[in-house]
Amino acid sequence: MKSITRQKSPEDIQQGLSGLDRVFIVGCGTCTTMTHTGGIDEVVAMKERLQEQGKRVTGFTVIPTACDDMTELAMKENGPAISSADCILSMSCALGVHRMNLYIGKPIIPAVDTLFIGIEDSPGYFREACAQCGQCLLGETAGICPITACHKGLVNGPCGGTNNGRCEVDKEKDCAWTLIYNRLKEQDRLDLMRKYQPPRNHHVTLAPRSLRIQ
Amino acid sequence: MASRFKQALDSGKFVITSEVAPPKGTNLEKMFHHIELLKDKVDGINITDHQSSVMRYPSLGGCLAVSERGGEPIMQMTCRDRNRMALEADLLLAYSRGIRNVLCLTGDAVPVGDHKEAKGVFDLDSLQLLRAIRQLTEGKDLGGNELDGAVEFCMGAIVTPEAQPIEPQLIKFEKKVEAGAEFFQTQAIYDLENFKKFMEYARKFKAKILAGIVLLSSARMAKYMTQNVPGIFVPQALIDEMSAVPKEEMLAKGIEIAGRAIAALKKDKICDGVHIMAIGKEEVVPDILEAAGL
Ligand code: SF4
Ligand code: SF4
Repeated sequence: MKSITRQKSPEDIQQGLSGLDRVFIVGCGTCTTMTHTGGIDEVVAMKERLQEQGKRVTGFTVIPTACDDMTELAMKENGPAISSADCILSMSCALGVHRMNLYIGKPIIPAVDTLFIGIEDSPGYFREACAQCGQCLLGETAGICPITACHKGLVNGPCGGTNNGRCEVDKEKDCAWTLIYNRLKEQDRLDLMRKYQPPRNHHVTLAPRSLRIQ
Repeated sequence: MASRFKQALDSGKFVITSEVAPPKGTNLEKMFHHIELLKDKVDGINITDHQSSVMRYPSLGGCLAVSERGGEPIMQMTCRDRNRMALEADLLLAYSRGIRNVLCLTGDAVPVGDHKEAKGVFDLDSLQLLRAIRQLTEGKDLGGNELDGAVEFCMGAIVTPEAQPIEPQLIKFEKKVEAGAEFFQTQAIYDLENFKKFMEYARKFKAKILAGIVLLSSARMAKYMTQNVPGIFVPQALIDEMSAVPKEEMLAKGIEIAGRAIAALKKDKICDGVHIMAIGKEEVVPDILEAAGL
């Protein structure tokens, strides 16, 4: 499981940093390293770009996994450089921003957009695999998620837009329901496709979603 | 009492429906004109619901205009733009204003239309919408609450006989029949032999099938549709037939082809009727009917 990100445009980053001249940059050694959006190379490139734009970079670090408790330690270790900055520019995913927010009162400006939680199907190809719907159907859909793999999140079979196994939104995208049909057929479980799936509950966990483990 | 359209379906006659797209804006003259043109010639007029995800005057508004003019509206209802509460409420409104037929659709994807950044809702799908209507008919809403005054609709859905692969479509078709769909309007069909095969299968179910007839207005359109529109296949022979006539005669040729198909479907009692879509050329629907000998 990886948090899949895309770097914001230089203009958007510049806009986000307007009025904030002293910057501390934080990357992440896990997801944004893998997607080349916020690993050490990208952090160094960002530092150089910001310096060219006249910013003062007070320091930078790449936290091994910015979304967990190592972040607290990294914030402490870099205390002086962070203190002398006006803000942190985050090149970790949004989860890293949330984590840093727990420890730092200063503005944290995201340099990347967090797109989805996905898996790497083949080298360099990331696909959203789960939208955390809270009512997992994978057992009835041959392991293919209809919520994320179908453009419309349909749970009762294909729409009329399916075209030779492709989805109406993009000829490059597989129609989830053709994939599900093919796999259920292979498993000799096509009856599952005949089953009526009632409307979904959009409040399985009441938003804002949270869970306390006792 | 059963709707006029439902009575036509049950009468065993060859049923004809057509469709009108509401305008983008509040100038309703052209829509009124199309309704006037069709209302006495067909058994039901579908009013499209932001077809192809292009925002327009609503289907419900168009249906009221059909009723007011003495026609029989079939309200197209997609799940793209409204959650279950809004769909239910619009069904109550439609029923209270005399609309008695609904065609339940999932709806096209938002990004194919003209509001590419809008949220696609899809809180329900076409099947769940059919079931929801059945529940409203039984006097209960989707929250399980009693209604003070229920609804009664003749419910329909769509099916794509040319879809590849076809079996997932047929599974969904059967689920729609089970959910209470009384009629189906099909995606455009041009290959009558293939359609006959589909009908041999569909005849096993009690729902009525109206074959989708989309007017070919040019050879280019025929080629475009077969290459780009999901679930539409125009046989090469028809494309050649269109290409063989000069440009200014292509529309007449398209009318002839549509009329010929309708006549054949009727003569051999292949299906229960036709649904004629003249996309943007509604004026010629009467000519198509004439060409079909109706
Ligand atoms: S059905 Fe899809 S979105 Fe829901 S939990 Fe399972 S994989 Fe995740
Ligand atoms: S074409 Fe397939 S994947 Fe695309 S919206 Fe329809 S059912 Fe879903």
